[in-house]
Amino acid sequence: MPDPIPMPTRFGSSGQPVTRRDGVAKVTGAATFAADNHPNGLLHAVYVPATIARGRVVSMDVAAARAHPGVVEVYTPDNSLKLAGDPDAKPFMFAFRMHVLQTDRIAYANQPIALVVAETIEAANEGARLLAPVYEAETPRVTLDDAEGYKPEAAGFGAAETVHGDVEAGHAAAAKSVDLTYETPSQYHNAMETHAVVAEWDGDRLTLDLPNQAIVMSKAAYGYYFGIPPQNVLIRSPYLGGGFGSKAMSHAPVMLAIAAARAIGRPVKLMLRRDQMFGPVGHRGATRQHIRIGIDGDARMTVLDHHSLSATSTFDDFIEPAANASQGLYDAGALRSSHTGVRLDVGTPGPMRAPGEASGSAVLECAMDEMAEAAGMDPLEFRLKNYAETEPGTGKPYSSKALRECYAQGAEHFGWAGRPLEAGTMRDEAGMLVGWGMGTALFHAPMFAAEARATLRPDGTGLVETGAADMGQGAWTALAQIAADALGLPLDKVEFRAGTSDLPDGGVAGGSGHTATAGGALHSAGMDAIARLAEIATADPASPLHGAGNATIVARDGRLVVEGDEERGEDFATIIARAGGEAVVGTGGASRPPEAGAAHAMYAHGAVFAEVKVDPELYQMRVTRLVGAFAAGRIINPKLAESQLYGGMIWGLSFALHEEARHDRRTGRIVNGDLAGYHVPVNADVTGFDVITVHEDDPYVNALGIKGVGEIGITGTVGAIANAIRHATGTRVRRFPIRIEDLLAGG
Amino acid sequence: MSHSISLTVNGARHDVTLEDARVTLLDLLRERLQMPGTKKGCDRGQCGACTVLVDGRRVNSCLTLAVTVDDSDIVTIEGLAEGDSLHPVQTAFIEHDGFQCGYCTPGQIMSAVGLIAEGHAGDDLERIREGMSGNICRCSAYKGIAEAVQDAARRMAADEERKSA
Repeated sequence: MPDPIPMPTRFGSSGQPVTRRDGVAKVTGAATFAADNHPNGLLHAVYVPATIARGRVVSMDVAAARAHPGVVEVYTPDNSLKLAGDPDAKPFMFAFRMHVLQTDRIAYANQPIALVVAETIEAANEGARLLAPVYEAETPRVTLDDAEGYKPEAAGFGAAETVHGDVEAGHAAAAKSVDLTYETPSQYHNAMETHAVVAEWDGDRLTLDLPNQAIVMSKAAYGYYFGIPPQNVLIRSPYLGGGFGSKAMSHAPVMLAIAAARAIGRPVKLMLRRDQMFGPVGHRGATRQHIRIGIDGDARMTVLDHHSLSATSTFDDFIEPAANASQGLYDAGALRSSHTGVRLDVGTPGPMRAPGEASGSAVLECAMDEMAEAAGMDPLEFRLKNYAETEPGTGKPYSSKALRECYAQGAEHFGWAGRPLEAGTMRDEAGMLVGWGMGTALFHAPMFAAEARATLRPDGTGLVETGAADMGQGAWTALAQIAADALGLPLDKVEFRAGTSDLPDGGVAGGSGHTATAGGALHSAGMDAIARLAEIATADPASPLHGAGNATIVARDGRLVVEGDEERGEDFATIIARAGGEAVVGTGGASRPPEAGAAHAMYAHGAVFAEVKVDPELYQMRVTRLVGAFAAGRIINPKLAESQLYGGMIWGLSFALHEEARHDRRTGRIVNGDLAGYHVPVNADVTGFDVITVHEDDPYVNALGIKGVGEIGITGTVGAIANAIRHATGTRVRRFPIRIEDLLAGG
Repeated sequence: MSHSISLTVNGARHDVTLEDARVTLLDLLRERLQMPGTKKGCDRGQCGACTVLVDGRRVNSCLTLAVTVDDSDIVTIEGLAEGDSLHPVQTAFIEHDGFQCGYCTPGQIMSAVGLIAEGHAGDDLERIREGMSGNICRCSAYKGIAEAVQDAARRMAADEERKSA
């Protein structure tokens, strides 16, 4: 087993609830998002979405569109924009097959079937309207029963099937069991900033203003598709107006705009309309999950057997890995997670905030409650009974696991004790049905790979650089805090450059691993710069640090000092000046060594408690209280981390009660494809939320002890709310979102 | 047919000739007057990201044709601060972390300024939540937003009292 990672840094800025460094830019309108750019000679592009889900385009009135004043060019499969790379290939991670007018076949509603480029947005939109496509439509397959299942090679980015122990024996040994089927709908990320690009070519050099969650890595993708060296691609993504997993990969409409800019020789801006977000840019695929739990006479789980039928497109694979949410949490005698795919006439799903974990946890946590109820036990007591001391199946120790403390602190804060076992027995003073439910939150604590550079300038200030992405999680602030600590500088003496692809690779802003990874790289680069500076100082006879020995030197408040004798020291600027005034540059990287991942199971944990009130006649539901207690390793910035956790919990509320894309079975189109019909919570839906961060030191997860908080808030929350509704009403609804009509019908 | 309009944006007069009657106030601001602080979230009046003040009233600029605001006084997010001195609502949004990605923020803040001026909500959190529910925040910074509006409303009321005393 690897030794605990030493933590040589004294945490100064880290751990402080610093306000966002990009705050002023964001409240004054100065923060520049992709579509805010307006280079000279700019053209506007609008892509034309298919209004059927399956069939082919027979004709379009290209002449009418071209004739409209201001329209510059119209691209269709007849004069399609050729890419150098194959849009049907998948040569790298995050590559999904794209429809870039290479065919007149239609595989999903909102698939691009043409691109109109014009001098103004108005002309482009009108040109698009004038195309008036004529279709040959075929019967679309848009529900889980419309096609046969198949065995997928992978689920999400993980295994399609994982088995630990003897599952059949686990079923056979069960004294009691539940055998349940739940459904979750397709959901769409709907970041407030729709996907957008401003593309400008200079010969074979390409500049993209593009919201991107994997900035440096994406250079290679665009280089491949456009047949230019990756270093010829500059991506600028200082701010993303939300990503949620949808902005790590290339998407067809953006590719078309870039290709058009090259073909026409002028910069092109394309911004998806809100309705166009429902198709070509990924979504959370629908699932039907079959879950079976068995317990012995002592209420210990003999088996947890979770299967998901997950929808994908007819032309690519992304299987919502819902069943994998049942790995890693409860101490079942046998564990199985398995997936079946079903190919539908929909856009290819993709990773959406907590992919698999959100939809899988929703069902797992409901099933745990159903099992507890069958056992006649309190839901929390049942979960504690099956608390895993080591990772189920693998037996690996957890790098840290403060889940017991989460349960305890969450339950205490919520007032869980005294909850009646029986459903439908609590009322408030207004006569509303009251229910309490809970769920466990779990999210893995991954690291990807990142690099960074740290410079100590002659004036003693710091410059740190990595191509990190801030989509709202607070990278601009939290990563700078980490870097400031590594350099031993106050935060205001550190300049942080991020958000462009000409910097060291900041890795992927996803998987809740960005702070750990990019932060780890910055930390490592900062420590390297300090080590180099210490070498200079200790070798310099004129320095009070001369001969002190590198190992005992630390950086504090812009000075190098001898640890334990902080009077003996010298400030950075003086050391650098005496050495000739050259800036001192350090580099570093971060990733998780395979042996560290093999030795420990690494997860963030949490416990979520919900109170709902339900009108006994109208069945209108309100979440009146929601308490989440989370243990996620070291919290770099409590203010921003809590915002992330609140946001995740609200996504959980949204999953439980709001979000669902509904298909018209005749055309295959999504009938509620806008923000009026596709419901997400608004301010009035959010009241009585509390977040508790439970202290957790993790000496194994990474050098900084960080686990990540971006996605865990959704997990646990969905189940907690659904369980509370069951507790309030006595009705168990096994389909999300839970609707008034489901309760009226009695489930 | 072209249309000439004259409007004031953040105190500056603009005489604009539109060759196209379809131009919305939002696209006028963003694409023609080069003031992209106001954001396009849905272009259908469903999300509130494009909220600006027209003659003191909060409106969805995406649903407002530019030719209808001839002679109007427009305030956008770019016009709220006075030099380096932020508007109390802007300050409160930073302090209460009333945003994450920041994309809906210009609309949230303009909506909050309008709401406080309307005087319907006072510093009642529940009314503030209702009054701010035309502005979607997908990051779901709602708690911080509501608290920021409440805090700013209180601070502005206190300032008013001091001034009138």
